[in-house]
Amino acid sequence: MSDYNFAYLDEQTKRMIRRALLKALAIPGYQVPFASREMPMPYGWGTGGVQVSAATLTPEDTFKVIDQGADDTTNAISIRKFFEKTANVGTSEKTEEATIIQTRHRIPETELQEGQILVYQVPIPEPLRFLEPRETETRRMHALEDYGLMHVKLYEDIARHGAIATAYAYPVMVQDRYVMDPSPIPKFDNPKMEMAAIQLFGAGREQRIYALPPYTKVVSLDFEDHPFDPSKAEHPCALCGAEDSYLDEVITDDQGTRMYVCSDTDYCESRRATGHIGTEGTQPEEVFA
Amino acid sequence: MRDAMIFEGGFSDVSRDSARAFRSAMNAMAHPGRKFDLTGAKPPAPLSEAAAGLLLVLADANTPVFLTGEHDTDLIRGWITFHTGTALATTPDQASFALGTWDALLPLRQWPAGSAEYPDRSATLIIEHPGEGETARLSGPGIQTHQDCALPAITPFRDNAAQFPLGLDFYFCQGSTVRALPRSTKVEAI
Repeated sequence: MSDYNFAYLDEQTKRMIRRALLKALAIPGYQVPFASREMPMPYGWGTGGVQVSAATLTPEDTFKVIDQGADDTTNAISIRKFFEKTANVGTSEKTEEATIIQTRHRIPETELQEGQILVYQVPIPEPLRFLEPRETETRRMHALEDYGLMHVKLYEDIARHGAIATAYAYPVMVQDRYVMDPSPIPKFDNPKMEMAAIQLFGAGREQRIYALPPYTKVVSLDFEDHPFDPSKAEHPCALCGAEDSYLDEVITDDQGTRMYVCSDTDYCESRRATGHIGTEGTQPEEVFA
Repeated sequence: MRDAMIFEGGFSDVSRDSARAFRSAMNAMAHPGRKFDLTGAKPPAPLSEAAAGLLLVLADANTPVFLTGEHDTDLIRGWITFHTGTALATTPDQASFALGTWDALLPLRQWPAGSAEYPDRSATLIIEHPGEGETARLSGPGIQTHQDCALPAITPFRDNAAQFPLGLDFYFCQGSTVRALPRSTKVEAI
C-alpha cells in the first residue's frame, strides 16, 4: 500500500480544483482560474490534466491515458503508473472500458458514452493569446464577446494561403458564447467534441480549468464561403486499413518512404483483432504468438 | 450530547468518500435536472445528507457559507465549521455557498452573480427541496433534447439563465439525492 493520500493531492487542493470544475461546467467554455500545484513532473508533461484527473478519480474508476492517441508512449505510461500507485485504480487501454481518459492532443476514435470523462492536457488555454499577449485584454475580450480579432486571423490565413491554415488547436465557439481553445487536437477531432461524455480541460502552468458538459454546442469557427474542413491524410491506415481514423505519417527509411498508421493505437489494434488488415498489417495475435 | 452531534457525521473515509460525492456533484452539474445519489454524511437535522455531503466536498476556509432560516442553528453552524473549517458569511454578498429552503433564500438578487470578466465569482445555492413544485422543461448544455424537472418556481430561474454567463448555480437536495441547475440551462414552463 502506498503512503500517498488517495490520488496524490491533498484534500484541500482537490476541493479547490473541484470547485473550479463545477464552475467550468456551469459556464461552458469559460476559463476558470485555479491555484495550480507543483506536480512531480515538469510543466508541459500534463500537470493540468493530472490535477484534474486526481480531483476527479474515484476508487471505482478505470483509468486510461493516451498521448497523441497512443497508450504506449512514455508520457502516457508514466501518468498511468502514477495513478496506479497513488490511487490504486484499475487501468485499461480499451477506450470503451475506461471511465476516465486523460488525453494529450487527441480524442479517441471510438465514440465516447455517457458516464465517461475525457480529461485534456492543455498547454495554452487562451485561444486569443497569440493575437493579444495581455491577460487583462483577453479577459475583457471574452467579457465583451469581442472575437473580431480571431476572425481577422482566420481571414488572413485565407488571404495568404487560400485556405484556413490552422490544422490543430482550431478555435471553437461554445454554446454561442465563448471562443475556446480545444487544446492542440487535430482539427479532424473538432466535430467529435459534441459528445455524450463530460470533457474537462486542465492547464497546469497557465492555471486554468475549463469544461464542456455532454451535448454542448461546439462549432468550429469558419466563414460561409470557406466552411470548416476536418481534413486528414488521404490514405487508409497501413496496418488496419481504416479510412475513417486520424493518421500519423511515419518515415520508414532514408529514401523518403513513408507509411500512414492510425494515431489511436487502441482503435487500430481492435480493428486488426477483428480481421481488418491493411497493406502492411498483421493480426495482433500473430505478432505475439 | 450536543458536542457529539457536532463532531460525528463526517465522511468515514474522507478522501474516497469525498471523491465519490464529488462525482455525484459533478454528474449532477453536467446533467441538469437529473437526480444522483450523494451519500456518506450524517448531519444534524434539518440538514439533509446530500446538502451536507456537498458542503463537506466543496466548502473550506476560502468559501464563506451563508446559512438561512431554519438552517441557521447552533448545531448546524457548529457541525459545518467543525467539519469544513469554513468561515460562515455574515452578509449574503460574501457568500460562496448559501444553504436553506427556497423561501429562506429569496430574493435571489442578494447573492453574488459574478462579474463580466469573472463570472465564476458567484454563489452556489444549496436548496433543501422536497421535489415538488412547478414542472419545468430544461434544455441546454448537458441535456441531449430536454429534461423535465420539478422546481420551486419558474420565473426566477429563467431570469437567472437570462444573465448568462453571470448568474447563480443551484443544487436541489432531497434526503440523499441531488439535482443541479446551472446558469447555462434554459428553463421553460410546460
